[in-house]
Amino acid sequence: MPQIFHPSFNTLSRVSIFGAVLFIAAAIGLAALVVRSPYATDAGVIQPQPVPFSHQHHVGDVGLDCRYCHTSVEDSSFAGIPPTETCMGCHSQLFADSELLAPVRESFSTGKPLEWTRVHDLPDFAYFDHSIHVHKGIACVTCHGRVDRMPLMWREATLHMEWCLDCHRDPAKYIVEKDAVFDMEWTPPENRAEIGKELVEAYHVQSKTNCSVCHR
Amino acid sequence: MLDSQRDAHGSERGRRYWRSLGEWTDAPEFRARLEREFPALAALPPDAASRRTFLKLMGASFALAGLGPLSGCWRQPQEKIVPYVRQPERVVPGKPLYYATAMTLGGYATGLLVESHMGRPTKVEGNPEHPASLGASDAFAQAAVLDLYDPDRSQTVNRFGHIDTWDAFLTSLKRRMDAARAKQGRGLRILTETVTSPTLLRQMFRVFDAFPEAGWHAFEPVNRDNALAGAELAFGEAADVIHRFEQADVVLSLDADFLCSGPGHIRYAKDFSRRRRIDGRSPEEVAMNRLYAVESAPTPTGSKADHRWALRPTEIVAFARAIAAKLQVNGVTEANGPAPIDGRVLDAIADDLKAHSGRSIVIAGDAQPPVVHALVHAMNAALDNLGETVVAIEPVAFHPLGEAAESISQVQSLRNLVDDMRAGEVETLVILGGNPVFTAPADFDFANALDRVEYKVHLGLYEDETSIRCDWHVPETHFLESWSDARAYDGTSSIVQPLIAPLYDGKSAHELLAAMLGERDRTAHELVRETWRETFFGGRETASDEEIGGERRDRAFEELWERAVHDGVVADSQSAPKTASISDEALARIIEEADAHAQAARRNAGGFALLFRPDPTIHDGRFANNGWLQELPKPLTKLTWDNPALISKRTADALGVANGDLVEVALGERSARLPVWILPGMAENTLALHFGYGRTRAGRVGDETGFDVYPLRTSEAMHAAARATVRAVGGSHPLATTQEHHLMEGRDLVRSGTFAEWAEHSEHPDFMHAGHGTPDISMYPEYEYAGYKWGMSIDTTACVGCGGCVVACQAENNIPVVGKEQVAVGREMHWLRIDTYYEGDPELAEEGDDGTSLRTYHQPVPCMHCEKAPCEPVCPVAATTHSDEGLNEMTYNRCVGTRYCANNCPYKVRRFNYLEFNADAAAHPSLQLLKNPDVTVRSRGVMEKCTYCVQRISSARIEAEKRGERIRDGEATTACQQACPTEAIVFGDLNDANSRVAQNVASPLEFALLGELNTRPRTKYVAAIGNPNPAIASVDRRAND
Repeated sequence: MPQIFHPSFNTLSRVSIFGAVLFIAAAIGLAALVVRSPYATDAGVIQPQPVPFSHQHHVGDVGLDCRYCHTSVEDSSFAGIPPTETCMGCHSQLFADSELLAPVRESFSTGKPLEWTRVHDLPDFAYFDHSIHVHKGIACVTCHGRVDRMPLMWREATLHMEWCLDCHRDPAKYIVEKDAVFDMEWTPPENRAEIGKELVEAYHVQSKTNCSVCHR
Repeated sequence: MLDSQRDAHGSERGRRYWRSLGEWTDAPEFRARLEREFPALAALPPDAASRRTFLKLMGASFALAGLGPLSGCWRQPQEKIVPYVRQPERVVPGKPLYYATAMTLGGYATGLLVESHMGRPTKVEGNPEHPASLGASDAFAQAAVLDLYDPDRSQTVNRFGHIDTWDAFLTSLKRRMDAARAKQGRGLRILTETVTSPTLLRQMFRVFDAFPEAGWHAFEPVNRDNALAGAELAFGEAADVIHRFEQADVVLSLDADFLCSGPGHIRYAKDFSRRRRIDGRSPEEVAMNRLYAVESAPTPTGSKADHRWALRPTEIVAFARAIAAKLQVNGVTEANGPAPIDGRVLDAIADDLKAHSGRSIVIAGDAQPPVVHALVHAMNAALDNLGETVVAIEPVAFHPLGEAAESISQVQSLRNLVDDMRAGEVETLVILGGNPVFTAPADFDFANALDRVEYKVHLGLYEDETSIRCDWHVPETHFLESWSDARAYDGTSSIVQPLIAPLYDGKSAHELLAAMLGERDRTAHELVRETWRETFFGGRETASDEEIGGERRDRAFEELWERAVHDGVVADSQSAPKTASISDEALARIIEEADAHAQAARRNAGGFALLFRPDPTIHDGRFANNGWLQELPKPLTKLTWDNPALISKRTADALGVANGDLVEVALGERSARLPVWILPGMAENTLALHFGYGRTRAGRVGDETGFDVYPLRTSEAMHAAARATVRAVGGSHPLATTQEHHLMEGRDLVRSGTFAEWAEHSEHPDFMHAGHGTPDISMYPEYEYAGYKWGMSIDTTACVGCGGCVVACQAENNIPVVGKEQVAVGREMHWLRIDTYYEGDPELAEEGDDGTSLRTYHQPVPCMHCEKAPCEPVCPVAATTHSDEGLNEMTYNRCVGTRYCANNCPYKVRRFNYLEFNADAAAHPSLQLLKNPDVTVRSRGVMEKCTYCVQRISSARIEAEKRGERIRDGEATTACQQACPTEAIVFGDLNDANSRVAQNVASPLEFALLGELNTRPRTKYVAAIGNPNPAIASVDRRAND
């Protein structure tokens, strides 16, 4: 009986078997990359805003405290976006004629609010509370990055659940002293791991990883 | 046949509790239904989607799924943040604010605290400072926010059904008022509901100043005519009577459902349960009260009675007289003829009451005729209860000005109006609220009389049966949209504070009255403030004007006003007790009246008695378009969306009808056709009819639901009618009841015993030993709950089964309404259900006995949060997991809808979104405002269940952590707990030995539902403890000998 398969089929089958495994692995790897890529997460992507507000200027150059505008960050789940009135507090005097600020003046005179594009947008089934993080020594800069160096706002982190869990599983890696929460330039000391552990202890930080902590 | 069944049950271990007559008789159909594994699936018609359509649909969904990743699956839609231009004071985005206000029902106010998220009211709670609430609320209050956002509310001024404007209406009204002024107001009539608003009264005085010949009539279908007439008969003057249940050792209720309906019922339930709850104490520390009840149709109050007898309406009058005679009320003798219940039992009740003179209460229901109320007052006087536990005050509701006699009833008031309308004497009629075309007594033929009025204005929340017959309809503001004031059952005044500007073009009654007086620019806010300025200072100048906020304002007034608005009550405004006594002449009149009643009863013996009662959830029909209230299983019957006539088993057998079968009820020439529902504990040959259903212009939710029984209700027989005929007409009507849903077959689910049994073995009461005991080993590893250990204790002794908690849960947790068809196939979404269990022989109860042969138990069943939860290991995607605080968590975004968890839950507390039940919110923006922002809105294909209100725990934990403390007992409350008027539900930390819940759980009366399954539930129950009179039990034994 003649051979049904030509000897080259040996190679072909080996290539296709290993090739298929590799292909599937590559596809999964690619999908994982895409999911984490700025294309999917918007991390590092500048969002269009009605006014090209510069955190770099206001925080970095002028030296405003975060809480000057984000007033409810210590009290509420929502950090707060300043009312037009807050902008006009300065800009009725400074750059009062600037073309860039026209939408702010218009909002103030017409009473129609500015519509900002949300940069840090968690899914609606995830509940995040700013106030408790701030109270427990998680600095603004930890999640939001060096906003004092952002001329226009972008999202620094992926806001993926794995990113949240990274800290929730081991807060000692990220925790800072309460005094430094609003400090943009705080640099971790050499013995960060030890200090982190001490702070976790001192601030009674619980590594909460139950689903209902965020999902309810 | 029944005997053999009874024997079969007798041989079963332990007590016999049952939920429905089907279960009691163990009928084969019942068994078949019980054993179906997926009743919700099996009920779907098999031909709903043929294979071909199925494939087509599947193809389409695959195509959509393919597009998914590109569109919405990982890239979120862009969202906007819209800050204020000028941020209002005290508003912190993300933090709710709470405002005090008050809701009225039947005119009487209940103080509320309303939660507001960024200016939109989302959740109603009771106001702890308000005497009629003390922090608790009821189903009506809980459902008020749904009424506010109801997209079917009337939204514009309407003229003959066409959209018009407020200005056009004002122009037309002004012409009319000018003409009326010329005639001193002759021909001008105003029809209101019960009025307790001081501002409205003040405005009425002004109306009468301007139009001296005008008329004011007040009517609503659920009124207190009989109670007021009874007080007048007894005391010689009109009076309201308030009760102090916390001081009462013994209570006798004559058809009074004081725990669940009527003015002050929330307070009464709170006071009553304070004398009944165990609260983890020992028998020596508990001074348990005792409740006797006689009633014709079962009520929640009757279900809590230690002795209860089902009597026909006429027998209740005879009973009242007999018991008055036993109490030696001057001159009252027993009527001739057989006593409605055993004389020795009557003696025992009378002895019990006498032994607690000054510390007992006899109370009559508002539906009882005046003579019963008068007899009750006489009994309370004889028992020295007057001034102690029973206090007379001036009537809280204002008597319509201009009505002839002080004592005029609302029915008479409406009769006067209708007579005048017929006679052509009414030219202008302004109807301020209410729906008289639908609710007026049938013999008045109000609609017909209304047609003879030249100019008719209707102010109402909805375009309803009345507005369609009026020239002008003006949309009314909801109480959460407008300023007003109102008085509670004890006379306490509250300012009704709005939480939101009117959503539509609404006007309040105050604004409409001001417009009639030509003050079109006066706002309700100004009018209410003016009233209270006069009330506080009596028109005196206070000379404390100051510059406040750039205006000259009266500082003394502002302080009092701010206080009243902030607290939700005007300090010290409750009515002073007035001395009430019963003269001998009054007694003679009462006896005369009682004789007349006895004669009438003899004349009217035979035939069927009809009872007319407001529907337990949609009241007189005003809440017909409220889906929460429509779908709330009604106490005891657990029916939703319908109002069948309630009937006893024996009477139904005699008529040859079963549940849902249609009957024709005829009363003289009037008749109505409706289905019947057999309810254990109904009096013989008596039909209980609930009015409010059968509306034709309620809205999309309420139209075409139920059956209108108002056509049988005449002014002569507002509450009970005799000599009706009832016959089966064939055919049946599908009814959706949840009573047989989520059954946990044949196990020991309730524990009950008497106070005496408990006192005998206080550490190990015999009645607690049922079932197999709890095995102490588990295959799963043990877990140490180091931080918080949340638990709940539900006291079945206290629970009255009113359903307030169910609506509270629905409002708090964004639970959708599913509709009657879905309820019928077992897909209701309530996270919390109240199971009603019966114990005893339903047939014996109908025969009359010692009043204990049929006992009723209410058992609210939320998620048990089992420590060894059977739902968790079976979830293939770990969507339901356990937290380190012991919560059984449900993560919606992980759920793929296998429903294995529900299948494995022995308590049947998991609910599945079979359809997109929240689609209505997407279609109606106003319903989006209703949602609680702290809870995810679930979509189709997701399992859900009670979370112990984890959002509230979370926010309490965050606040406590910010202070650097632990959550204190009472800081984290669940919505059901907060609403409960009897404090039956206690939630808290089991690791805190001093918490209320830990103390409850330590009680020997505590038991776990299906504890033998070793699921270790965190929700536990306190056994139902009754306090029957031993003297009556011994009477019964003698009778049996």
